[in-house]
Amino acid sequence: MTLRRDDALRALIPHIREDDIVVAVYQTNFDWMALNPRDLNYVAVGAMGQASSHGLGLAIANPDRRVIVLDGDGSLLMNLGSMVTIAGAQVTNLYHFVFANRVYEVNGSHPLPSAERVDFSWMALAAGYKDAFRYSDLDSFTEDLPAFLSGDGPQMAALEIVAGEAYPRDYAYIHSAEARKTFADALNR
Amino acid sequence: MVAAPALNDASPDVLYPSGAKIINAIKAANVQHIVALPDIVTSDGLLWPMSKDPDFRLTRICKEDEGVSICGAMSYNGTRAVLMMQQTGLMDSLNALRAIGVDYERPIVILVGLQGKEPHLRPQESQSYGVRIMQPVLDAMELSHSLIEEPGDEAHITDAIERAYALSRPHIVLIGREPEAP
Repeated sequence: MTLRRDDALRALIPHIREDDIVVAVYQTNFDWMALNPRDLNYVAVGAMGQASSHGLGLAIANPDRRVIVLDGDGSLLMNLGSMVTIAGAQVTNLYHFVFANRVYEVNGSHPLPSAERVDFSWMALAAGYKDAFRYSDLDSFTEDLPAFLSGDGPQMAALEIVAGEAYPRDYAYIHSAEARKTFADALNR
Repeated sequence: MVAAPALNDASPDVLYPSGAKIINAIKAANVQHIVALPDIVTSDGLLWPMSKDPDFRLTRICKEDEGVSICGAMSYNGTRAVLMMQQTGLMDSLNALRAIGVDYERPIVILVGLQGKEPHLRPQESQSYGVRIMQPVLDAMELSHSLIEEPGDEAHITDAIERAYALSRPHIVLIGREPEAP
């Protein structure tokens, strides 16, 4: 079975509340911005796998909001300790989705080290997440989403995906002052 | 790892800054969140007392660049935090500080223990390469920084934090001698 990234993101859209913060990274971010543009999309994560850490900061500072992190597998491998930090911080409002395509997609699609053997859901459980799941088909992911997002975090959904439709890589926007201001204004409205 | 400073009987006696005054200066800037990795320079005088202080929420992290991202993200709704680390961790997180602190203009305030610095020498005079290069590295990155060495240096922290959040820019406080435990 094959799970396309854009199909997974489309399945997620109906479950996003107006006040949810969504932190996304690289190609998943570009796809998400095209599929579900919204002011509370947090796009300024820098580089080097920092999305999960930004998500934790937002979760601590905004305990009444859900923080949904749309991470990449290559990104998370650069910041594996963040899972331990997230579990240790005992934030209940963080939901960590890892879109695992097993390559560094925006850097030439080179394979991850040990590409086929890494299991992110086991890593999350071992780090102390409340729960973690692995999906490789759209139906089971779609069916589980309501329960996944209604339980206490931190939780992980590791999605074994292939690229779907290619959405434009708007690096200028994600690094822009405009993007950060849009988010801050929406957060403090 | 950084070599311990080579001290001998001829090293002059020096005075040490007050951990309690540093903590009070941080509280005076309305900071309630501490994000930290342990650092031997500030362990007894700052981090252990902070970890037991009900006025702070302490988030222990695994690697220093996590802390830069955590503090930067917290700042979007005005939540103030102070990040603590050793200078080796600061060197390791310079890219995060470049991206999130400088390019994204976030108020990242960091207390950095200068492990390996001789208490009687200024950082630029240290025999430790890792200590000696810290201020030039921060200058090269156009990062605001200050130094706590002796009693009386602590009070500026409040204004440094206020300025960092007012300007939405990073500030690094280098700590050159172990603060005395409260």
